Amino acid sequence: MTLLTATGLAFGYRGRAIGRGLDLAVAGGEVLALLGPNGGGKTTLLRTLLGLLPPLAGTVAVAGHPLERLSARERARLVAAVPQAAGGAFAFTALAVVLMGRTSRSGLFAAPSRGDHRAAAAALDRLGIGHLAARPVNRISGGERQLVLIARALVQEPRLIVLDEPTASLDFGNQGLVMREITRLRDAGLGVVFTTHDPNQAARYADRALLLRAGRTLAQGPVGEVLDPARLGALYGAPVIEVRGDGARAFLPA
Amino acid sequence: MSRPSAAGPLLALTLLMLGIALAFAVGRYPVAPGDAARVLLAKLTGGPASVPPAVEAVVLQIRGPRIAAAILVGSALAAAGAAFQGLFRNPLVSPDILGASSGAALGAVLGIWLSLGVLGIELLAFAGGLAAVAAVYAIGTALGRRDPVLVLVLAGIVVGSLLGAGIGLMKFLADPYNQLPAMTFWLLGSLSAMHAADLVPLLVPVVLGTGLLLLLRWRLDVLSLPDEEARSLGLATGRLRLAIVAAATLVTAASVAAAGIVGWIGLVVPHLARFLVGPGFGRLLPVSALLGGATLLVIDTLARTLAPVEVPLGVLTALVGTPLFLVLLVRADRDWQ
Repeated sequence: MTLLTATGLAFGYRGRAIGRGLDLAVAGGEVLALLGPNGGGKTTLLRTLLGLLPPLAGTVAVAGHPLERLSARERARLVAAVPQAAGGAFAFTALAVVLMGRTSRSGLFAAPSRGDHRAAAAALDRLGIGHLAARPVNRISGGERQLVLIARALVQEPRLIVLDEPTASLDFGNQGLVMREITRLRDAGLGVVFTTHDPNQAARYADRALLLRAGRTLAQGPVGEVLDPARLGALYGAPVIEVRGDGARAFLPA
Repeated sequence: MSRPSAAGPLLALTLLMLGIALAFAVGRYPVAPGDAARVLLAKLTGGPASVPPAVEAVVLQIRGPRIAAAILVGSALAAAGAAFQGLFRNPLVSPDILGASSGAALGAVLGIWLSLGVLGIELLAFAGGLAAVAAVYAIGTALGRRDPVLVLVLAGIVVGSLLGAGIGLMKFLADPYNQLPAMTFWLLGSLSAMHAADLVPLLVPVVLGTGLLLLLRWRLDVLSLPDEEARSLGLATGRLRLAIVAAATLVTAASVAAAGIVGWIGLVVPHLARFLVGPGFGRLLPVSALLGGATLLVIDTLARTLAPVEVPLGVLTALVGTPLFLVLLVRADRDWQ
């Protein structure tokens, strides 16, 4: 079943369109990777898909609900965002950060309930970072922080999770950790959209890819069909070669 | 998952209780804490108090209202400071920095100049505080694209100095024998003129504003995140931010109207509280309020007992607050938030 649909989408800021003519669809249990060069509109598209930026034309709907007509609270129950870094002025504990994910499911004046605590602890355990619960998030590694943010997205109980460059500034080991988690989210039936600079991540962990250049869809489809040296070369404006081995394939800048 | 311990809140509550006992026990007419409790209990139950009438008068008419006012003002300023710090995502802002105090001060000085009553002074103080914070906030959001926090602090300084000029003008225009001493003494902060009748115009806005802040305290954690992150978590950030600014400004203005300018409490006490219970506003806000009440009560007790004449509150809070803040800065070094 299609979870996220965007049709005839133009996105950007008032008076300054960044992309237009975009159609996409993501089903539950499917991972879509957004690929494209810097300044191609990936982040702006992501913000539009999250309902944080109203579309200039066309619609974005999640589970059949156009995002514009939903309140922030209703939106947060359908779509969860995993931003690039845990921004903030205060050193909250990992548990406190995850509890914030329950915002859309508790009353305006309500304290976190026993159930909220249970859900937060369960989410941390599920990601294998239960031992970090009491640690301030500025005292854990970047990969662990990313996992905390994924845990926070999980306790929102969303249908769709949107991640903005989930592995940016992570070391190699942590990149694998985070990307394998994305696969697990998909296997749990969630729809997943992520942006990345690395075509290899798209090839390995996504079902489908959307190649975005200058706000336009260059290509879209199953990663096995869409990702090839010719298209990636056109996307990034630089030659790309493909290497194969052990049943996997990888792309390298030539 | 174990919930955090109750040690911090209990410690803050104990300090407040000790402060109350101390405040009754020292002064020109010492009252034993037991006697004070008996008088208050008798007042509540309507029964007779088995203490001399003089003690009853001191407790009910003189020291009791002053103690209540110190607790109200202290908790209001500390809670407002903690809320402002979360709202502006910066542990360095306080009601003073954003102009709520100086705006309220200008309003109140204007009220004194116009010879208004307590309610009139309080209304003008509230309007002044709200207008000042709104101006600072508007400048901050209009110009602060690249570094919102820096622009906010600078806007606060600019608006504050403009308000300072306005206060100076009022003092210049004031009647030098009658109004000027009242303004000067009041601007330095004092609770010496607190009577039982003055408590109501202080109590109502403080209970309303602090109550709203306490109710919303669990949402403040989310509100201290970047705006889009907070919205994607399901918070209607615009409306909530407005409600919190209004509540924090209301209590700041009411405090300034009642006690004059009492600096530092709103900045230092939330840091002490953070030290005790961590940065989560769910626990930080009530503990800040308790500690703020205790701190200002102890400082006010010092103000009326240190010297033959009353020492202005603003002077004492600065004397205590400055070194305390430096100690906190040094202790926690980089991640002192």
